[in-house]
Amino acid sequence: MPAPRVYKTEAIVLRQRKLGEADKIVTLFTPNYGKLEAVAKGVRRPKSRLAGHLEVLTYTSAMLAQGRNLDVVTQAQAIESFAPLREDLDRLSRALYAAELVDRFSPEGAESFHIFQLLLTTLRRLAGGASADVALRYFEMQLLNLAGFQPQLHSCLGCRRPLTPVPNYFSPAAGGVLCPSCGAGTVSSRPLSVSALKVLRVLQSGAFGDVLRVRIGSRLAQEVEFHLRAYVIHVLERDVRSAAFIDRLRREGVGEPAGVSD
Amino acid sequence: MPEFTPSAAAPVARLIQEFHKLPGVGPKSAQRLTYYLLRAPQEEAQALAQAILEVKEKIAFCTICENVTDTDPCLICADSQRDRSIICVVEEPLDILALERSGSYHGLYHVLHGVISPMDGIGPEDLKVEELLGRLKGGGVSEVILATNPNLEGEATAMYLNRLLRPLGLRVTRLARGLPTGADLEYADDLTLARALEGRQEVT
Repeated sequence: MPAPRVYKTEAIVLRQRKLGEADKIVTLFTPNYGKLEAVAKGVRRPKSRLAGHLEVLTYTSAMLAQGRNLDVVTQAQAIESFAPLREDLDRLSRALYAAELVDRFSPEGAESFHIFQLLLTTLRRLAGGASADVALRYFEMQLLNLAGFQPQLHSCLGCRRPLTPVPNYFSPAAGGVLCPSCGAGTVSSRPLSVSALKVLRVLQSGAFGDVLRVRIGSRLAQEVEFHLRAYVIHVLERDVRSAAFIDRLRREGVGEPAGVSD
Repeated sequence: MPEFTPSAAAPVARLIQEFHKLPGVGPKSAQRLTYYLLRAPQEEAQALAQAILEVKEKIAFCTICENVTDTDPCLICADSQRDRSIICVVEEPLDILALERSGSYHGLYHVLHGVISPMDGIGPEDLKVEELLGRLKGGGVSEVILATNPNLEGEATAMYLNRLLRPLGLRVTRLARGLPTGADLEYADDLTLARALEGRQEVT
């Protein structure tokens, strides 16, 4: 849908980069116009009226004017700034990962109301104290669904037979699960435990409340994260940069444990 | 070769091109600067060329604070009048200039040369974090002021450093956030207003 010359939209700020002396280019994710880039003038000056309302990971209401090249943000008023996210490095690093995925999965200008809702809900969950890792796994799986890369979790992608409750294989290249006889020995597939398959299925078809009711120990959480991340990287054909920071926080033992302890 | 100087002589075109590489210099400014130098006295051009070369040859990073300097240690680190028990951690050397302009700080500095930016793949290993820890292990420092910018990356960096520094038993502080001089309450964002209220001061 072509935007009028001056238009108002809600948006979540995905990222920023510096432009010239005092300006920035902000990447906005909007419910009706999808992802768009706009110039925010003067936001690197301390007295900027826009800066605080266009910080990364802010849900904002903005007025934009069409420019020759990029649109220009003329007004902005933050609706939610998810303050708790900004005071907790573990939650912040996960929120950035979510924003990066939305950025990578969304071509510019493609309308994506459902992805907008998903990101907003996920930021609220991350800021609101839900288990950060569970919220992030649910987000990953739901984003894959919405972006059209739903992994096949019910029948084997090799022989098409329904999967049985035995250890199977997960193959990012095949796009889902392979049964023991089809999966054994294929290059990109990794063993998938019965419980991990169960968790993946709940993530795919359940509501967030259903996922929270599943008891997920730290080993299982790690396995699910491993498979989902491998699949995301396969679909994007590139690394997710913010994942390195999450891993680092965990490695240094300063992050929260991967699992949920109810 | 840039297409905007088809008829200029080769050395002129080359200088235009070099200017064009500089940040904030567009094709027109590059042409203007070049033709200005062309008409300027020989000494002026010489001085400019000399200054550029000297910056590259003589300026290095201070081995203590990582600030840009032509002496090692830098003037601030070498100044015996300064309080050596406080280190103020900043993102870039330019931030030191700003803090010095305020005239209110008399401790030492540490320049990180960047900020943690997970989405751009910039992590702590790309910054001068190890160097900071090394300095602190030497002892004698009682307070570290985290003076990274109050934006998302700056906050992430401050939180990360805080995690590393807390166990060392130092006082770790962060620059206050609030309303800038000349601002309008009406346009302030909620976070800034909340912090400004938290940090309110008795009127004296």
